[in-house]
Amino acid sequence: MSEFLQQVVEGVGAGSIYASLALALVLIHRFTGIVNFAQGELAMISTYVAWQLVASGMPFWLALPVTLAISFAGGMLIERLLIRPVEGAPELTIVIVTVGLFIFVNAAAGLIWSFTVKDFPQPFPEGSVALAGVDIGWSTLGVIGVVAVVMGLLYLLFQHTRTGLVMRAVAANPASARLSGIRMGRVLMLGWGLAATVGALSGVLVAPLLFLEPNMMGGALIYAFAAATLGGFDSPVGAVAGGLVVGVAETLAGAYVGFVGADLKIGVPLLIILVVLLVRPQGLFGRAAVERA
Amino acid sequence: MSTGELTMHASRTARWARPLAALVITAALIATPYYFAPFRVFQLTMVLLYAVVLAGLNLLVGYGGQISLGHGAFFAVGAYTAAVMLDRFTTGHLATLPVAAAGCFLLGLGFGVPALRLRGLYLALVTLAFAVFLPPLLKRFEHVTGGSMGLTVPKPQPPSWTGLAEDQWLYFLTLTVAAVTLLVVRNLLRSRVGRALLAIRENESAAEVMGVRLSFHKALAFAWSAMFAGVAGCLYTWVIGFVSPDSFSLNLSITLLAGLVVGGLASVYGPLLGAAFVMYVPNLAQDISPAAPGVVFGLLIIAVMYLAPTGLAGLAARARQGVRRCVEHLRHTRRRPEPASPAEQTGPPQPEPQPLTAPPTIGKG
Amino acid sequence: MIRMRHTTALRAAAAGIAALLTATACSSQRGQDDSAASADGACKGQQTTGITDKSIKLGGIYPMSGPASAYGTISNGVSTYFKYVNAEKGGIGGRKVEFVVRDDGYQPPKAVEEARRLVEREKVFAVFQTLGTPSTSAVWDYLNQQKVPQPFVATGASKWGTDTEHPWTMGWQPNYVAESRMYADYLKKEKPKAKVAVLFQNDDFGKDLLGGFKQAVKGSDITVVAEESYEVTDPSVSAQMTSLARSEADVLLNITTPKFGSQALAADAKNPRWNPLHIVNSVSASTSVLKPVGFKNVQGVVSATYFKDPADPQWADDAEMKTYRAAMKKYAPDADPSIQFNAYGWAVASSLHKALDAMECPTREGLRDAVQKLKDVKVDMLLPGVALNTGANDRFPIETMQLVRFQGERWVLFGEPLDTRQKFGPVTG
Repeated sequence: MSEFLQQVVEGVGAGSIYASLALALVLIHRFTGIVNFAQGELAMISTYVAWQLVASGMPFWLALPVTLAISFAGGMLIERLLIRPVEGAPELTIVIVTVGLFIFVNAAAGLIWSFTVKDFPQPFPEGSVALAGVDIGWSTLGVIGVVAVVMGLLYLLFQHTRTGLVMRAVAANPASARLSGIRMGRVLMLGWGLAATVGALSGVLVAPLLFLEPNMMGGALIYAFAAATLGGFDSPVGAVAGGLVVGVAETLAGAYVGFVGADLKIGVPLLIILVVLLVRPQGLFGRAAVERA
Repeated sequence: MSTGELTMHASRTARWARPLAALVITAALIATPYYFAPFRVFQLTMVLLYAVVLAGLNLLVGYGGQISLGHGAFFAVGAYTAAVMLDRFTTGHLATLPVAAAGCFLLGLGFGVPALRLRGLYLALVTLAFAVFLPPLLKRFEHVTGGSMGLTVPKPQPPSWTGLAEDQWLYFLTLTVAAVTLLVVRNLLRSRVGRALLAIRENESAAEVMGVRLSFHKALAFAWSAMFAGVAGCLYTWVIGFVSPDSFSLNLSITLLAGLVVGGLASVYGPLLGAAFVMYVPNLAQDISPAAPGVVFGLLIIAVMYLAPTGLAGLAARARQGVRRCVEHLRHTRRRPEPASPAEQTGPPQPEPQPLTAPPTIGKG
Repeated sequence: MIRMRHTTALRAAAAGIAALLTATACSSQRGQDDSAASADGACKGQQTTGITDKSIKLGGIYPMSGPASAYGTISNGVSTYFKYVNAEKGGIGGRKVEFVVRDDGYQPPKAVEEARRLVEREKVFAVFQTLGTPSTSAVWDYLNQQKVPQPFVATGASKWGTDTEHPWTMGWQPNYVAESRMYADYLKKEKPKAKVAVLFQNDDFGKDLLGGFKQAVKGSDITVVAEESYEVTDPSVSAQMTSLARSEADVLLNITTPKFGSQALAADAKNPRWNPLHIVNSVSASTSVLKPVGFKNVQGVVSATYFKDPADPQWADDAEMKTYRAAMKKYAPDADPSIQFNAYGWAVASSLHKALDAMECPTREGLRDAVQKLKDVKVDMLLPGVALNTGANDRFPIETMQLVRFQGERWVLFGEPLDTRQKFGPVTG
């Protein structure tokens, strides 16, 4: 039993990693309607910024807010410089721009920092707590805690501030929002900035677990896609729930279902997604799109 | 010169110009492998091969408005079908082509069924799942697929009567398949299937009201598209003679989609231009920056999307229109006293397939 | 409508003619055989493409982009060695080396294209190194057909040595089976009843090493009680490590590439209930993999090695290491000399230097034969006690390794260098 619980904890730990990146994906999708393939790489480069700051002598807890601020500005800048010029183009064109950005950022990070694994400071205490015969690493608890806090902050931002109201208006109906005088450009920049910040946080949190190198987020991005799809691509709550389900499902299946094994464990969350989507095409927490012909 | 004469003259020219053009192009394509170095011939063979899979993908994404991130996987299935047949059953090369095509067609049909319920992004991500899952699956069935070591298979050898070298023979085989593919795709688009696809892309609900059988055509579009990916995969096995699971990663699927969008969606030349981009631009990138070609390649993709948001084919069309407008403007100013000829009054010709007005959405599902 | 057809057709015809003209203009490109040079005298009839008395042209194919870019830096080590030899030693046997590096992005079709480019257009003397089993598998038929030497490929698959149909291709680094024999031999002495848990990368490298290990422990009391694989696209191996911990094995064989190596070492260190003897394979045995985990967490980890790790302080005063560091600083100032792949590149390039020196004829055939009869060739970047040996029945240049244990902040060599061929017999396919 305790072994089983241990695996569940392991799954939740992995799931919270996927959840944090999925959250960033969902944020961008809500406001711009596109999937950002470069999300993981942006998180990775933010993590390198944090690493560089720490390596140059800054204490971690100072480097973190500085990194988040840089990422926020960077996200807005990317929207303004890279995405805005192709704004009117087909959405697929914008998606391919993010693919180009993915390739560029990955190679640039390798060029600047090399592909050697970097030593990233662990923000949480080492070791683990034992609960009912199960070891839960402080770092896992830390990641879960931070994701929960970020969720809470986003909720407050969207539901209880004016900016949030404007952003929700844009997400719900861009055309009407524009007509009612909302400056779309600003909101979209804000959306990209927020997503980059959440992504940066996710990168900094997982770097001590995954180890920092340019391909750190490549694998996690696929799982984050799965998480966001499962939860519904426009629901932050769904992204987190989806991340946890994906993490636990793949871990348990890999460990306990004989013929699945570790090599095919990724198939399990994918199968769950397929089944869920066939029943609810908009994902677990997504809104069904109502179409006018 | 009377208007009648002019038209007569033009039609007489057209009567011989068209077959002549076809003849010249065919001659050029056939002459190519005799003139170019084998290395160049190999590159062209790969361009044709990628053009086949992109033409199929174009059918689905460009004309059908559905998005697939899993075509690398269909490509892999085609490649492995051919490789396993050659390795285990030592069939002839030609026998592998119809099997790979049929297998991928059926597989695509299978994927077409969930595609009926899913739209845009969600469909894209389900196909992505397939692309992610296939390589470990191929590794698992080691006794058939050769596992992670892959399979090395013989390449088709030119019959001695042709006097051709291996690279020339492979070029001609690929050329033939590519030509047939492009013809089939063209005919599909002109048939009811093509019109139904366009109607669905433009407005799904309206198309359904008009009596288009949505589910049937959507599933079929997926199947055709997967089939061409499988055909290209089969050619890949012939040309490279080696398959391994990690050659068909998710990156391949993403590269293919990027290639198509860069080339131009819903355009006849889009797949060819996209294939050339996928083949040649990485070389350009590493010539510019040997240490990190990815930096240049990524920037080039972004740059193309800036300059030509509808792809290279769109850019070519725009340039052509610009030139024509310029020429026409010149001609008009010079010949103002004369009445315009009827030929000119027909207005600017419409390119055969309509340019993409409403793009497929990878947006809210 | 008529006019449109007319212009389209004419335009197409013009394009076709233009294409034909271009083709004709390049007609000299076909038939590279006309220019294939051959030697006179004792070496009569042998190919001298890419080599003169003053120069030698080599090509290499590495993943400079894509998922395996981490290995691309090997080309820096190789290039630096050749630049150093050209500038400070007058080249190899008086011949200045020109080294052309091409990127295949770790994709087999791209590797084929680049191999053809190197052979047909660059007209290289030899394709010195292709990286990775897939890329090498995709090009070796072509290179052998063209009779172009493909010495010292950068992959440890055993097929390069067991194969008999590709005389122009030769491996270099200890094959994965030889490495697994090192660990088997060590366990037989140290823990003859070991229960082994294995974490391995699910590709040719992991499978070859695991298979070799199982073969080598056959007939002993050592058993593999659990095995877990991961894909290079997986974000982490922590779930696999939890599963392996359940087995309560007393030895963990860690067959991973660098990032996953760090993850597995960290997961082992974090688990207070499971403390197996941790063996990490040589690909991940660099100090740069262990450092991020924290040196205090990796004490007593065992591995095997065959070349000097530049990140290891014990070689700081080594003459060859000093030369290497100075050359890297001078000729590749942007590359980090402490990355083990750079030193690997240096070591393999100096091995080729020795092979080129040993050629009886300065021809492609000469190089092919030279790499097939290396006798106790010492290379300074390799460990003392490791030498290159090949022969009629031995197509594995390096089969000797030595065990190392991590103590304090560095790897400490222990035991004697072990010739795995002598101990276990030749590796068979």
